[in-house]
Amino acid sequence: MLKRWKKRITPTDVVMWLIGGAILVLIFWGSIATLATGTYTGHHWFDFIIFGLAQGSIYALIAMGYTMVYGILRMINFAHSEVFMCGPYTAYYVAAAFYSSGFLDQYPIVSLIMIFLVSMATSTLVAVLLERIAYRPLRTAPRLIPLITAIGASFFLQYTFRGFYGSGFQAYPVVQILEGEITFWGFRILKFQAVVIAAAAILMAALYSFVQRTRLGKAIRAVSEDKETSALMGIDIDRMIVTTFVIGGMSAGAAGVLYALMFKQVHFFMGFIPGIKAFTAAVLGGIGNIPGAMLGGIFLGLVESVGPSLFLDGLGIVAPYQLKDAIAFTMLVLVLIFRPTGILGERLTVKKA
Amino acid sequence: MKQAIKIGLIGGVVEILLSLIGMVEAFSQRDIVAHIISMGHTLLFIVALFMGYLAAKRTPRTGSLQILSNSFISGLIVGGLVSLLVIVGSLINLRKVFVNAMPVLYELLTFKQGTQIGVFLLLGAGALSGALAGLFFLSPKLIRRVLLISLGSIVGAGVLQDLLRPTFALWGPLAIINEWLFTANGLTIQGAIGLFLLISAFSLFWFRKGAAIQTGFQQLPPAPQRILKMTGILILVFILLILPRVLGLFLSEVLTIVGLYVLLGLGLNIVVGYAGLLDLGYVAFFAIGSYTVAVLTSPELGFFSLSFWQALPLVIVMGVFSGVLLGTPVLKMRGDYLAIATLGFGEIIRILVLSDFLRPWLGGAQGIGKIPKAFIGGFEFAGPQQIYYLILAGCLLVIFISLRLRDSRLGRAWMAVREDEDVAQAMGINLVATKLLAFATGAGFSALSGAIFASKLGSVYPHSFNVMISINIVCVIIVGGMGNIPGVIVGAIALVGLPELLREFAEYRLFVYGAALVAMMLLRPEGLWPEAVHRRELHEEEGDGEGSESPPESKPD
Repeated sequence: MLKRWKKRITPTDVVMWLIGGAILVLIFWGSIATLATGTYTGHHWFDFIIFGLAQGSIYALIAMGYTMVYGILRMINFAHSEVFMCGPYTAYYVAAAFYSSGFLDQYPIVSLIMIFLVSMATSTLVAVLLERIAYRPLRTAPRLIPLITAIGASFFLQYTFRGFYGSGFQAYPVVQILEGEITFWGFRILKFQAVVIAAAAILMAALYSFVQRTRLGKAIRAVSEDKETSALMGIDIDRMIVTTFVIGGMSAGAAGVLYALMFKQVHFFMGFIPGIKAFTAAVLGGIGNIPGAMLGGIFLGLVESVGPSLFLDGLGIVAPYQLKDAIAFTMLVLVLIFRPTGILGERLTVKKA
Repeated sequence: MKQAIKIGLIGGVVEILLSLIGMVEAFSQRDIVAHIISMGHTLLFIVALFMGYLAAKRTPRTGSLQILSNSFISGLIVGGLVSLLVIVGSLINLRKVFVNAMPVLYELLTFKQGTQIGVFLLLGAGALSGALAGLFFLSPKLIRRVLLISLGSIVGAGVLQDLLRPTFALWGPLAIINEWLFTANGLTIQGAIGLFLLISAFSLFWFRKGAAIQTGFQQLPPAPQRILKMTGILILVFILLILPRVLGLFLSEVLTIVGLYVLLGLGLNIVVGYAGLLDLGYVAFFAIGSYTVAVLTSPELGFFSLSFWQALPLVIVMGVFSGVLLGTPVLKMRGDYLAIATLGFGEIIRILVLSDFLRPWLGGAQGIGKIPKAFIGGFEFAGPQQIYYLILAGCLLVIFISLRLRDSRLGRAWMAVREDEDVAQAMGINLVATKLLAFATGAGFSALSGAIFASKLGSVYPHSFNVMISINIVCVIIVGGMGNIPGVIVGAIALVGLPELLREFAEYRLFVYGAALVAMMLLRPEGLWPEAVHRRELHEEEGDGEGSESPPESKPD
């Protein structure tokens, strides 16, 4: 028994365990050291958590697009970050027009809904065009090729929108009703963060029930399970793939406006980092798995916002907040090494992985 | 008919896009033929012509009238859509949203004739170019090829005028060409016509007699054939050696950048092209190479202060070591997962280098300066004209090693792993060792490139090592043709060299780059100069022996 067990452990596994163990020890030690010094009070932690939740729910919304496309086409839609960017960037002009005409302050709810709709429509349009022009002809190509195409499309979209709207940062107008804070049992939450969390939660719930409950959602799940069989069952594969891109585009557009409301500016390159983070989130949760993407996004947002202060501060590292992206990517690599199926992912067959 | 309308609409949308992102405007500053046609107009015409050609090609029936009318219609629609843009632009101020919708743009689009006349001119121009494309489609193959080459070379000469003019000026007797061919902006009229005639005559001659010359060469006995080949190689080496003297400072700088990318590309070619492991974090090793040199040699930090040559072996060792270190965790991953994990590594390295945490050792955001240049005896590799030789030597060394590795047992093991990991393992290939060796070799080459890069700039900054570099290198390999060494060189020239030469259009560089990548993957996924096996693989389903349809590109390099 022991002999057989011994045989299956390779030196690489040992190295991996050592690395993993070392990182765990570091995290544990850092956290205890931070908590022992007591630099941060409970209110600090609460703020970190709320910020992490808000940021994480935006990641989760973007991750939805990645995970659904991966589930159905088995490709990383690298250009999804640009789908995320183009929505709020276009909606900025609507928002600015509303702001300068005073409409925004008079009817804030209506204008916010309009902004959301414009953003979602633009993102959806771009996502569908992307699928039609760049991805559809490559369905049967070797796997590297769609990935390179997606990278190319990502550059193309970035610089198209840069050409359209210019290369500067545009400041999103301030929505008065989202300013200030609300108090819950003695805890203060910034209003826009609460709105971001609530809106993202509603959208995710809607999306999830759409995929789980409706006929269309069932068909999408069937296609991502097995294309050939579902085609035999009379499901229109092309239509389902387009629907997937539509859903991904809509959630990315909505996430974009939330992002713009939170960080107050838009830029043609704004999609890159959130895009990679959202992909990380999708992998964290188990790619192809919709609840997994939500969970992964929120988890990543929390780790990014709490992690630097919790793990690194105690280790005596200067300016730990600079390393928050490194924490996110380290998480990605660790998950890929130790649990490539993600937190919620089912076991992937060789064909899928 | 329906197809023609559809193609015309696509063409029109493309032209509107090009106009609104400001490309037409920027390109109009450079004339192809002085005062006759600018690059911006050429761009628009090329799109219209291409769409007309496409419409002609897609016509189901073969009647020539049908073909002509279809290409005419698609050209007309292209013109119509652009004039629609002009009309809308004259009624509404589009500038509030689209920064580039300036009055200058409309002037350009209407040929400075005002909206009313301009719209008709546009329609006419569109229809004309559509009809021309149809005629072109109907003409015999020989004429088509000759026309394509000679018109292409005029456009090429116009686009690359800033490159050609100083190059000719450096050579005393050739300087006359400048006066004959170029004005301050664009070709002269007699120059353009002369060039057209010259190139047409030459290409006509080549298409008639070229095959005969080739077979003549092959019929020669082996000994003189070998002598001819050797002279060819000697001439090539001679040209490579005198290149920086001939080309001057700016072009040598471009050459060194291309050379660095060739080095990087060759290294990644081993990982991606041979072993099939998609690495999107390759810049990490480049950064490690650069920073190792910086830390070892720079007096600014004052740890070691070695010379470049003393540091170099350590750099390579460091590169190989980091290749093994970063390769070990990802051994079991495949495909996309591997790509993302390596991308993560690349970013982690950059963020660590940038952070204040490692600042005492790596300089943080300000980087490390005062890296000494390399010396051999009294010869300092100071400017680009001298560094070039260092890079050339590096490239030749790496090419040699790559070629030897490719044909070795290890190379065959890599290719087996690339084709099918499980089968390779079943055949007794040690996956761990094979993959790690691929990562280590690639990383070693990359570190070498990084070392030269650091010594070239004299300083290193974390911002030079972002993820775009990794993606660029992957694209160089894929565009050039995966797994093939000449392909990597062609890819580096096409993707790195050309954009460097067209610096004033830098704003549109990545736009064109992205569009080219997508188009490339859709139309020619095997790359410009593919490896034979890979090419066959990608065209499997189209039936074997279809090589005649698209002959291998004979790009000069």
